[in-house]
Amino acid sequence: MMKLAKKDILGIQEMTVDEINLILETAESFLEISTREIKKVPTLRGKSIINLFYEASTRTRTSFEIAGKRLSADTINISASTSSVVKGETLIDTARNLEAMNPDIIVLRHSAAGAPHLLASLVRQSIINAGDGAHEHPSQALLDMMTIREKKGRLAGLKVAIIGDILHSRVARSNIYGLSKMGARIVVAGPATMMPRNIEQMGVKACTKLEEAITDADVVMMLRIQLERQKQNIFPSLREYAQHYCLNRKNIKLAKPDAIVMHPGPINRGVEISPDIADDPACSVILDQVNNGVAVRMALLYLLSGGNE
Amino acid sequence: MPETKSPKVVMDSDGIERCLTRIAYEILEKNKGIDNLVLVGIRTGGIYLAERLQKKISAIENTKIPLGILDITLYRDDITKTSKKAPLGKTKIPFDLEDKKVILVDDVLFTGRTIRAAMDALIDFGRPKMIQLAVLIDRGHRELPIRADYVGKNLPSSLWEAVSVNLLEKNGKDEVLIEEET
Amino acid sequence: MKLLLKGARVIDPSQKMDARIDILVEEGKISSCGTTIKAPPAAQVINLTDMIVVPGLIDMHVHLREPGLEYKETIATGSAAAVAGGFTSIACMPNTDPVNDNRSITEFIRRKASEANLANVYPIGAISVGSEGKQMTEFWDLKEAGVIALSDDGKPVMDAALMRHAMEYAGSLDLPVIQHCEDINLSAGGLMNEGYWSTMMGLPGIPSIAEEAIVGRDILIAEYTQTRIHIAHVSTAGSVRLIRDAKMRGLKVTAETAPHYFTLTDECLQDYDTSYKVNPPLRSTADIAAINEGLADGTIDAIACDHAPHARTDKEVEFVYAANGISGLETSLGLSLNLVHEGILTWEKLIAAMACNPARILNLDKGTLKKGSDADITVIDPEQTWRVDVKTFVSRGKNSPFSGRKMKGRAVLTLVAGDIKYDGRAL
Repeated sequence: MMKLAKKDILGIQEMTVDEINLILETAESFLEISTREIKKVPTLRGKSIINLFYEASTRTRTSFEIAGKRLSADTINISASTSSVVKGETLIDTARNLEAMNPDIIVLRHSAAGAPHLLASLVRQSIINAGDGAHEHPSQALLDMMTIREKKGRLAGLKVAIIGDILHSRVARSNIYGLSKMGARIVVAGPATMMPRNIEQMGVKACTKLEEAITDADVVMMLRIQLERQKQNIFPSLREYAQHYCLNRKNIKLAKPDAIVMHPGPINRGVEISPDIADDPACSVILDQVNNGVAVRMALLYLLSGGNE
Repeated sequence: MPETKSPKVVMDSDGIERCLTRIAYEILEKNKGIDNLVLVGIRTGGIYLAERLQKKISAIENTKIPLGILDITLYRDDITKTSKKAPLGKTKIPFDLEDKKVILVDDVLFTGRTIRAAMDALIDFGRPKMIQLAVLIDRGHRELPIRADYVGKNLPSSLWEAVSVNLLEKNGKDEVLIEEET
Repeated sequence: MKLLLKGARVIDPSQKMDARIDILVEEGKISSCGTTIKAPPAAQVINLTDMIVVPGLIDMHVHLREPGLEYKETIATGSAAAVAGGFTSIACMPNTDPVNDNRSITEFIRRKASEANLANVYPIGAISVGSEGKQMTEFWDLKEAGVIALSDDGKPVMDAALMRHAMEYAGSLDLPVIQHCEDINLSAGGLMNEGYWSTMMGLPGIPSIAEEAIVGRDILIAEYTQTRIHIAHVSTAGSVRLIRDAKMRGLKVTAETAPHYFTLTDECLQDYDTSYKVNPPLRSTADIAAINEGLADGTIDAIACDHAPHARTDKEVEFVYAANGISGLETSLGLSLNLVHEGILTWEKLIAAMACNPARILNLDKGTLKKGSDADITVIDPEQTWRVDVKTFVSRGKNSPFSGRKMKGRAVLTLVAGDIKYDGRAL
């Protein structure tokens, strides 16, 4: 059985180890298509995929769009600024209207945690969560796991450090869910104001010092800092943040010599990662993440497009 | 409950070897040597047969001709209609197909749909000079206008029979079986 | 109209009574109580063997939505839900549109309530004009118009000076002040209890200290000004501890909690089901334990359901946009009876929390079955098991997380001033 036994991809939290492995293996098979002269297979010909984005996101939206197109699906992008969202239509009404047009898959990005769950409960189409608030970003965690596996050959037993604004990060949550299921050890670090309450109950080690977290790490995952958080008084300034939480040539020596550096993008150079590290092919796998992202999203679209039996 | 018949062996290990040897010579004869010749095996049975043909041709000509692997899952015409999918395998065509003579290799030729999908896939990789088809068993019942260039054995069968090719590499034993489908 | 209630077990904490007696109701009053009363001529006799008769239940914290939000609830449908849930009196919060911050709105509410002629409806007036936390309303005028307490419920009074002045001024009029305790800076953006579950779900948290900071502050004001304060819907262990300490020091602090705060935890939210979204938010099992203890030792005086009816469209949206609240009047007694089934409260304590104490806090001459008092009476079938079905709710608000829940014990007869306003004996 090579079909995911689910209608929707809402989060990594609901996934089993087998499902994660299936998605990663399928994605690995898809990698090759992006290297072809004709980067397209006819698999999802005649299927339509709606990218419903209530939050601006060039990367994720483009990645899903390319994934859909390489599988020959028709992809339609709806973003908050061009849709009826601004006219005050509710998510439910929008969804019911889209449903009436009979797409096959709806990819949803929304600033509200739980929005994909609401949508999934109301429409018959498959929903892929492309990021909901600070909750989950499953395709990002899958591409991160795929990249780690590609570089390290395994996930189990690795030490993964996740650094930054854990509180507001869906990337961190999805990776914590996924990597811990796959047997990695996770340490999170960031300013105390960016640490969610009871985070250690999620099975991770938490600290406030970057140096402590990255010591002996196999993987260092840096999170994007949202500049507008400064207004909420959860950190004093970018300057001070960068001084203590920026990964650079000096502190990276604490990690394992063959450690890889990841970032979900877009990077604030010099704030989260110093430019020389971000661009160093010896450790930075940031562009591999982007490449794998298309393959993971192709795998998700493919696996969700099973039959109606 | 209907009586279950045990599978009948229609070709044994020696039979398979003889067929492949003959096909290897036929390929060389038809193509007048190995110039621009490449082999592409269709996952999964076709891979092992293609590898064996590669060895046989190499033994005759003292040159190893290129070998590719094709997974046709993504080109199937029933992909979204069935909930049971074969696992998606990797495709590896580590050479340029432009102006090549491609010998497509599969274990059983049946409806022709797999070969149709394989040809679509191959053409997406480039524009081969020609595509020829080599199969171990041709069991008839074509649904598309497709014909093999090299056939190990023609095996007349009925639609309710299943033909399976077991290979040493995959099943630990070389044999071709025919049995009534349960 | 004469009514003789025969053969029931009568529990009336106001008289420390728990006995099998008959009650005779004449002209809206309780005219006599006794072991065996002979039916006077023309009296309707209701046999209540196996039933429990208690003083009419009082919910001191409901939202009736009228004026302005009639699509959620009206005074008529809300009072119908009240009597169906066994409540003879309800006190309604001022957060209508417009806010009940002046005599004309108060009079409007009372007129609508008397037209509905079901439960007694007691309006609560706003502390500040428009509940905006700036300018005090005319407490004196509001009291004369029929307001029985003051609150800016839902919009906590953040300005400590305003709160102090309100408590002093209201104190001189013997009007209780009710505070929804929430430091809105600490809770800003929060959607659920801050803790493990908010971390898992990625929803912004409301820390328990957002509630406790204002509970503590208002207790300090009550102490300093020697006035009364009533704490609405207590949801945290810390609040219980603060109130207990204040009571032990003899301060005039009273408190209520709602059934969902001793029934549900934040874990219930894990599917982003907006029917569980309330403010204050559902907390932890440790908080439930503290609230149960607070109810048992009298730290928490009253159970009030914070009846918050909403239309489907208010709840069927993204979690962040969903309205807070539960339509609670028709499940409050059933959920509270669970405390008796589980041995946390005695019948006497439960009825005190649901009738006598609210009457005392709001200075109402209610919550008793003494001879001569208003014949507001609730009859409970303690053994009846039933399943909550929101479709059968009398309230316009079908927003309840308790739909489908099995309950034991139900109000079967509700009498207000001697008239049967609800008869569910056939159900």
